[in-house]
Amino acid sequence: MVKIKTTNYNLFYGLKQALFDINMDIYKNKITAIIGPSGCGKSTLLRSFNRMNDLIDGVKAKGDIFIDDKSIYKDWDVVELRRKVGMVFQKPNPFPKSIFDNVIYGPRTSGIKDKRKLNDIMEKSLKQAALWDEVKDILRQSAMSLSGGQQQRLCIARAFAVKPEIILMDEATSSLDPISTAKIEELILELKKDYTIVVVTHSMQQAARMSDYTALLYLGKLIEYDKTEKIFTSPSNEITKNYVTGRFG
Amino acid sequence: MNKRNFSQGLNFIIIKISVFVVVAFLFFIIFHIFRNGISSISIDFLTKPPTDSMTRGGIFPAIVGTFCLSIGALIVAVPMGIISAIYLSEYTKGGLFLRILRLGIRNLAGIPSIVFGLFGLALFVIKFGFGSSLLSGSLTLGFLILPTIIAATEEALRGIPQDFREASLALGATKVQTIFKVVLPAALSNIVTGILLSVGRVAGETAPIMFTAAAFYKPALPTSVFDEVMALPYHIYTLATEGTHFEQTLPIQYGTCLVLLALVVLMDIAGIWIRLKARKSKKW
Ligand SMILES: Nc1ncnc2c1ncn2[C@@H]1O[C@H](COP(=O)(O)OP(=O)(O)OP(=O)(O)O)[C@@H](O)[C@H]1O
Ligand SMILES: [Mg+2]
Repeated sequence: MVKIKTTNYNLFYGLKQALFDINMDIYKNKITAIIGPSGCGKSTLLRSFNRMNDLIDGVKAKGDIFIDDKSIYKDWDVVELRRKVGMVFQKPNPFPKSIFDNVIYGPRTSGIKDKRKLNDIMEKSLKQAALWDEVKDILRQSAMSLSGGQQQRLCIARAFAVKPEIILMDEATSSLDPISTAKIEELILELKKDYTIVVVTHSMQQAARMSDYTALLYLGKLIEYDKTEKIFTSPSNEITKNYVTGRFG
Repeated sequence: MNKRNFSQGLNFIIIKISVFVVVAFLFFIIFHIFRNGISSISIDFLTKPPTDSMTRGGIFPAIVGTFCLSIGALIVAVPMGIISAIYLSEYTKGGLFLRILRLGIRNLAGIPSIVFGLFGLALFVIKFGFGSSLLSGSLTLGFLILPTIIAATEEALRGIPQDFREASLALGATKVQTIFKVVLPAALSNIVTGILLSVGRVAGETAPIMFTAAAFYKPALPTSVFDEVMALPYHIYTLATEGTHFEQTLPIQYGTCLVLLALVVLMDIAGIWIRLKARKSKKW
């Protein structure tokens, strides 16, 4: 089942075009990896799905993106869209608040006030992010006191607390040590039965290990998009072949 | 030694001397006031009104007056200043209009305080009919510190990393929620510091209040915002210029100076302390 569908999607930073005619169907309850050399537009594409690019001055988009068959520009309210499409950033970015306040930030801003309900959400989200055991006794401490890996898992918990259906992760493990990375990867695999997950990664191994589908972007164009297995074993495009085998310019 | 090294060395010496002169001057002032003022300080001096045509007694009404004026100025300037700074930092996107706005604010900060005093006299005291009162004085002082508070707040807001805003918006928060729940709280300690430093400045101003709020002699404490009040800087000014017992009141003048100085320094120290404490606890 298609969860996200882009149709002839183009994106411009001022006069500079960053995405060219992207047509891509992202499937529900699958992990989709976006790979490609630096500057090819991976983050730009990912940030298009929850309209984060709108925040940047001079950004213009052409074409459309549909989530659950509704246009993100015409049919979705942007606040609701962002609740439905969670995002985890490259650099852990917890708020300078307590661990507790970080997790329930989303639910609270959406108007939930009931203490018990907030507590439940908080506990469940932290468990989902495999962080509960480490922080359950220090929930009132500042999130800034956690390690980088813990902070990133906190950000994941924070994203889950809003009950999104799609999770976007932009190199979410690139600043972490191998153990934290393994934990988060395990987590993502665990989560795919309930969520649609799109990850940007620079690591071929990570893409091959985790994802069901892989998309290769190059200079803002979607070069190849297929089952991960196919991309890594028998790519049909020369660029893809060179890129996944590491023989890239 | 070649020419360049020589001129660099010379520059360095000039810088050193300049810094030394400034610091020495500061210490001289503080030392001088302290030495001459400390003998006047007593519990009575701090808690009793002046007596005997202000040649004896304390300065309690002036302390209270300065305190009320400072609080009043904050009530006027803080909400307006913070809202203006939010507009400038979070809602504008550059361009000519913004540049003109900024230029205006910067110029406002450069206007002599006596001009604010006359402006307050014309507008609040006469035109609005508030008379010479706590209200008129607070409004005048409020406008005087407004540019400083805007500048300090805007700087504090700009110091908050974009990451926090993006994280909040990505969680489905609105822009207003993002500003009030994430950006402002994160910037709060720096904003408070800026405010404390500007209050310190206001507390010592004479010119803006001499036509708008300050009473020459009024031992009774204010009971409403339409009352005139005594104030520390104005008290010093009147004793030093208008008193017929100039020599006699000298100890009181120094004592009052010392109290005012202590108040200002205390406020500055509090501001710096908050900033240092906040800096330790954040790591972005
Ligand atoms: N805010 C911006 N303003 C102007 N140009 C931008 C902006 N952000 C990205 N770009 C440009 O758009 C192109 C795509 O950038 P993007 O960040 O999407 O690349 P990326 O594939 O995520 O790279 P990386 O792997 O280094 O993160 C780049 O050429 C970049 O210079
Ligand atoms: Mg990127």
